[in-house]
Amino acid sequence: MARKVTFHRHSPIVRMTHWINVVCIVVMLMSGFQIFNAHRALYWGLKGADADHHWLALPGGFPAWATIPSWQDLATGRTWHFAFAWIFLINGLVYLLFGLLSGHFWRDFRPTGAQLRGIGHTLWDHLRLKFPKGEEARHYNVLQKFAYIGIVVVLPFMLATGLTMSPGVDAAAPWLLDLFGGRQSARSLHFILAWSIIAFVAIHLIAVLAAGPINEIGSMITGRYAIEPEEETEA
Amino acid sequence: MSELIRLTRRTALLGAAGVSGLVLTGCDQLSRSSSFQRVLDTAQRLDMGAQRLLLGADQLAPQYTQADLSPWFKPNGSFTGTTDDYKRMLDDNFASYRLTVGGLVRHPLSLSLDELKALPARSQITRHDCVEGWSAIGGWTGVQLGLLLKSAGLLPQARYVVFHCADNLGGGPGGMYYETIDLTDAVHPQTILAYAMNGQPLPVPHGAPLRLRLERQLGYKMAKYVMGVEAVASYAHLGSGRGGFWEDRGYQWYAGI
Repeated sequence: MARKVTFHRHSPIVRMTHWINVVCIVVMLMSGFQIFNAHRALYWGLKGADADHHWLALPGGFPAWATIPSWQDLATGRTWHFAFAWIFLINGLVYLLFGLLSGHFWRDFRPTGAQLRGIGHTLWDHLRLKFPKGEEARHYNVLQKFAYIGIVVVLPFMLATGLTMSPGVDAAAPWLLDLFGGRQSARSLHFILAWSIIAFVAIHLIAVLAAGPINEIGSMITGRYAIEPEEETEA
Repeated sequence: MSELIRLTRRTALLGAAGVSGLVLTGCDQLSRSSSFQRVLDTAQRLDMGAQRLLLGADQLAPQYTQADLSPWFKPNGSFTGTTDDYKRMLDDNFASYRLTVGGLVRHPLSLSLDELKALPARSQITRHDCVEGWSAIGGWTGVQLGLLLKSAGLLPQARYVVFHCADNLGGGPGGMYYETIDLTDAVHPQTILAYAMNGQPLPVPHGAPLRLRLERQLGYKMAKYVMGVEAVASYAHLGSGRGGFWEDRGYQWYAGI
């Protein structure tokens, strides 16, 4: 059997911003559930309260193990949420600037024609948890590229829908209300986007575990990624 | 392969439970720590600084139309004033009500409801955002706070305006509702003391006879049952010193977010 080769996969900026983002997203999801628990219904449009038509109600709210703090405390939940929002914002700006200026996005996220043509095959392989080996593993596959582009788009929208719920920001930038269809629509979208982030994280973690957690997590810490040589024959 | 999937799922579930447990234990400890709360509180100064930078002094909150009015506007917090004075005023339909404007002013004022209504009025249809997450749209008519402060003549030491209220939301001593805002918000054109809601006299559950409208901040800043307006240099001597009923209970003083 051929020896594994290692190569430099993730730049220091990507690794640093990745782990800061992990902390921010975990804290903001859990403090976000705390904030939701203070009013457990969602509406579309400009306004929405008890007597108005809601599209979702969760009378039980989110359980204590999913909220920060674990007891019901809107004030503390908000304090956590807004403090980590600043870290999330600055970290995200560093990542976006780096990705754009260094060519990381253009070089690593842009699907090639061959990848796009083979998307069905790649999807079938992924569903069987069969991941690329050898030279192919040096680059993100087409599904990874779409997932990463997706999350890079979703996270700024998460910030924008969050800001639209602020009465102060609405006075400064009323166009945000027009963009999202009103404050209660922004709150609903914020909730839906939160679940899309949870879905991304779940798929991402399953993929990491299935593709070899030591190598995958290690590469996001040290930057070094090991490639298994392609198997000559397959039974 | 199926073994791998089973292993993966079990690892994932164990991992999620483990991470959640660790995060919660850690965050609960930190939530109880007053020094960590102070660190998080510094972010609130950033919130206010950033908003003041973006907003400028006079930028208006969005205004809506009759068609947007909430069919039913949810009252929240106190549903009536609780002091003996208030109950007497309720009996005479607020004929004996007087709004006092005092503190660091040159000419303290005492105004009846009719005198307030005789002053130039401002009407606005705005969205009320509760810190809990819901919103309601209502129409408000009242006197600009800036106009009253100008008539009273603010002294140069004045930095904040206190609203003294007639409702005891906390129950017992220390439970009286109060709020403070700074002068930037106090003289904002949409900052009014409203005596009418949707064209009717302000209903008791909404703060009759007079409530604050502070349209660029959350609902808990908008004191109801306002009996007195006081200009002060600092709010440290009031309540627990954080500048309001809910602020004393952990909520942010600047509620623009």
